[in-house]
Amino acid sequence: MNVIVELEKPLTELEAKIDGLKKLNETQRVDFSGEIRALEERAQQLKREIFSNLTAWQRVHLARHPKRPLAMDYIAALNGFVELHGDRAFRDDPAIVAGFAYLEGMPVFVIGQQKGRDTKENLYRNFGMPHPEGYRKAQRVMRLAEKFKRPLLTFIDTPGAYPGIGAEERGQSEAIATSLRLMAGLSVPIVANVTGEGGSGGALAIGLGDHIIMLQHAVYSVASPEPAAAILWHDATKAEEAATRLRLTSDELFEFGIVDEVIREPLGGAHRDVAGVIRSVLAADRRALDALTPLAPDALVDRRYEKYRRLGAHAELVHDRAAR
Amino acid sequence: MSPTPNWLRRRSPRPEAATDALWEICPACSERLYRKDLDQRLRVCPRCGHHFRIGSLERIALLADGDFQELAQNLVTGDPLHWVDRIPYPQKIANDRARSGLLEAAVIGLCSIEGVAIGLGVMDFSFRGGTMGSVVGEKITLLIEECARRRRPVVIVCASGGARMEEGAIALMQMAKTSAAVERFSDTGLPLVTVLTDPTTGGVSASFGFQGDVIVAESGAAIGFAGRRVIDQTIRQKLPEGFQSAEFLLEKGQVDMVVRRSELKSALGGILRFLTATAVPA
Repeated sequence: MNVIVELEKPLTELEAKIDGLKKLNETQRVDFSGEIRALEERAQQLKREIFSNLTAWQRVHLARHPKRPLAMDYIAALNGFVELHGDRAFRDDPAIVAGFAYLEGMPVFVIGQQKGRDTKENLYRNFGMPHPEGYRKAQRVMRLAEKFKRPLLTFIDTPGAYPGIGAEERGQSEAIATSLRLMAGLSVPIVANVTGEGGSGGALAIGLGDHIIMLQHAVYSVASPEPAAAILWHDATKAEEAATRLRLTSDELFEFGIVDEVIREPLGGAHRDVAGVIRSVLAADRRALDALTPLAPDALVDRRYEKYRRLGAHAELVHDRAAR
Repeated sequence: MSPTPNWLRRRSPRPEAATDALWEICPACSERLYRKDLDQRLRVCPRCGHHFRIGSLERIALLADGDFQELAQNLVTGDPLHWVDRIPYPQKIANDRARSGLLEAAVIGLCSIEGVAIGLGVMDFSFRGGTMGSVVGEKITLLIEECARRRRPVVIVCASGGARMEEGAIALMQMAKTSAAVERFSDTGLPLVTVLTDPTTGGVSASFGFQGDVIVAESGAAIGFAGRRVIDQTIRQKLPEGFQSAEFLLEKGQVDMVVRRSELKSALGGILRFLTATAVPA
């Protein structure tokens, strides 16, 4: 059960009531505007109470909210999207959507991880968990971006790469490893957007880039809190604590230098103003691409190398006591 | 195994060796094995061929021509997340140092294998399960950069449970960092040979592990992206015989060869000579 959906129930009910009253107001002679105003104030207050101090665990659930905009929602807001299918070897993986489109007139290649809206869609999209063939489809599009000198936009939203028999047989590790290498060497700008869940290597496989944008309530971590709790605490019920400890929120990742830009969400989360959030994400993408496009290809690749080269928390040991 | 070179004695001995049991039981065939005999046979069971895990120092003694010079030996991790689970991360690191006599889960350096000068990186499962955090990522990157400068091939022996969770997304980013280093290294025309030993999984198999020009798997090694338990819990069906073993991966086309430990050095020597030779030997 999604803790945010539970948490926002009184708010959703209140909002339904306001909508009902507004309709009545239009059709009836009685004036409800006073009541509406009072209820709206109450709703605003409730929203502040619920959402102004979200815990890491609540943010994990906000990132997984059933109404949160998905990769295809952003991609559909681009102009003239044409989807490209398949890895040319095994099958088309619906957990990864890829193709080309125009971002305010600028031709771009796009790759996104796509979850479903309901059970049926989720079964089709495998809950946004790609198989190796999904990453290999992404690689095809990366190579096209390189060949045709178009920037690459990616949208990250996955619990992780799929852990299954077929995925292992067909080389999940190799698929991710090759994507990482390919992205490190692309001579066109790469802007990655973490819009929902950024789960581990399966997320990073389309997330190595020049400018990493993250929505305020998206999360991005080395492992989802549930498996992390099972592994480190030997206790899956510690997921809430793991969520806090993993430092997976946008502000923390910004501080680590892993994320370059955080896009604020409306109070209550991205699903409360889907169109507005999509607009701000795409505007940020455009700004980033405008800044990156003038760079010479070699300079771009070098800059990307240095960006990742710096990441780490290590030091020279001064007193080597342990080593004796 | 060849006699321990001096540099290997620099650090404390492995406590298992100190409390030396005379006999060990093979986990594969339950044969009772005389420890000294097992050590002499490179820790491979003489009855069933099961390869016991070996540490980074033993691995270097096995592969290098006795000329290993360690690089970046004093790199240690910070605690960027101030991580605590059942115990604090710095305490885990201190425990592993004491237990393994190592400072981190990877050792890098310069040496030769059958006369070919190379850079060698070796991971050690006995330190935090060989997980890759900042230090492992930095060391692998430094090794690759140093070898590009010195125009030497790189050999990396993997043994890892994946990215180190206690370092969070910073550990995850080591996958990106090392991948970028491999990508840049490939422009030099020099070879990267990776050796996947038991176990090689997660963030290590999904970065430099599977980025080798030639990928060698050690006999019997468990290799995969997801751990067996995770797959079990996700799909809840019986896993195929030998699933994720080196031999299984060879059959599925994921690795170039499966090599027994006793033949690993000569196999690497042959690959390195071929990939670096300027002329065909007569």
